[in-house]
Amino acid sequence: MTRKVVITGLGATTPIGGDVPTMWSNALKGVSGARTLEDDWVAKYELPVHFAARCSTPALDVLSRVEAKRMDPSTQFGVIAAREAWADSGITEFDKDRLAVAFATGIGGVWTLLDAWDTLKEKGPRRVLPMTVPMLMPNGVAAAVSLDLGARAGAHTPVSACASGTEAMHLGLELIRSGKADVVMCGGAEAAIHPMPLAAFASMQALSRRNDDPQGASRPYDTGRDGFVMGEGAGALVLEAEEHALARGARIYGELAGTSVTADAYHITAPDPEGLGATRALKAAMFDGRIQAEDVVHVNAHATSTPVGDKPEYTALRAALGNHVDNVAVSATKSQMGHLLGASGAVEAVLTVLAVYDRKAPVTINLENQDPEIPLDVVTSARDLPAGNIVALSNSFGFGGHNAVVAVRSV
Amino acid sequence: MASNEEILAGLAEIVNEETGLAPEAVELDKSFTEDLDIDSISMMTIVVNAEEKFGVRIPDEEVKNLKTVGDAVSFIAGAQA
Repeated sequence: MTRKVVITGLGATTPIGGDVPTMWSNALKGVSGARTLEDDWVAKYELPVHFAARCSTPALDVLSRVEAKRMDPSTQFGVIAAREAWADSGITEFDKDRLAVAFATGIGGVWTLLDAWDTLKEKGPRRVLPMTVPMLMPNGVAAAVSLDLGARAGAHTPVSACASGTEAMHLGLELIRSGKADVVMCGGAEAAIHPMPLAAFASMQALSRRNDDPQGASRPYDTGRDGFVMGEGAGALVLEAEEHALARGARIYGELAGTSVTADAYHITAPDPEGLGATRALKAAMFDGRIQAEDVVHVNAHATSTPVGDKPEYTALRAALGNHVDNVAVSATKSQMGHLLGASGAVEAVLTVLAVYDRKAPVTINLENQDPEIPLDVVTSARDLPAGNIVALSNSFGFGGHNAVVAVRSV
Repeated sequence: MASNEEILAGLAEIVNEETGLAPEAVELDKSFTEDLDIDSISMMTIVVNAEEKFGVRIPDEEVKNLKTVGDAVSFIAGAQA
């Protein structure tokens, strides 16, 4: 008998809200978190992209100065989201040896790494801070969350580029099913709005150049889409063995019914144009959760707004769901908050859980001329989801050919 | 050249910046590890910031001898002389 895993706590800090209630309310309204960057480094380095979607609440508004000093910005966001999720779960008494962490990042401590490099060049090795290594390491966020909560059943950091946050959910589910933990703090965090990653993503033509209209730049499925908008932030979810949650009378948002991870083995960055790896991931997650296509009412799509990325996902959805895909309400929430890279899967999982719990699908903005090759039923104004047993899926894909899917079922 | 009082005040400011401890808690007879709960990583950050502030060099092998705030003040005063 497989252990059933439920979601009992949610946390987030994002470009459209510094906590879950604010983010969710904005996600249902349809707002854009993208803004022109005012930093002097935009002009200094003549960056081709002048905008991004920063977190709406700066980390220093939440954390103390001393606390923040020892964390890379990505870890700051992760700890903020994890604390909110933990408080939301209402867990007070627990066995620390049975609490694990699965907290992902795509890039990790890039600010710390590059600041330390600048310091070395300008001031010499003596001035490189002793906290540099623990702050830049990609497991820094999982380690900080583990320390913060006292989680001792392992602290893991799945890294699979923009699929990382979703892969963390997959790992969390496995940790509980296999009996290695009863509760897992899952999530993803990213803070890469730094001139170097912006230059690098721009160099590979992945970023939108709509500098005169930042809020209209992230436009998944629109014929005018020209790349993604860099976002930042974190999402966190408390996964819990059902019997553990029931025993303490917890509020249960939904069941994490199934997850999957596959690899394209096709190209280091380009998605398989047939979406075969994504199709296998969708089918595997549905099989894992004993889900029929007809159960699925909502998909939070990966949909980054790149010209080449959005269509293979549609192909995969049609292959996995058949013609039932025409009845599925699809939301592309990166239209609102940009692409949070390694955090995107975690934040979108939070949105997917809320969609199932509140039975409302969040809004896709900027869809003016839908690409005729992607005939999905895209949610452009908040829409109610049906009563009864429902399932929602969230997809994430990452450079390297990583595909990850989570399936959330109503309880 | 800073007086011992000025060095203590400057050191207290650095400790406050790194750990959040109130500057007035940083007194001459206080041990960095026992009383102020400063770990080795914070201590190194404090040392490097003190070097910059007071224009002195505190060799790594000397740091372990700086057990109290007073030890650090004396060392810095001596190094400035």
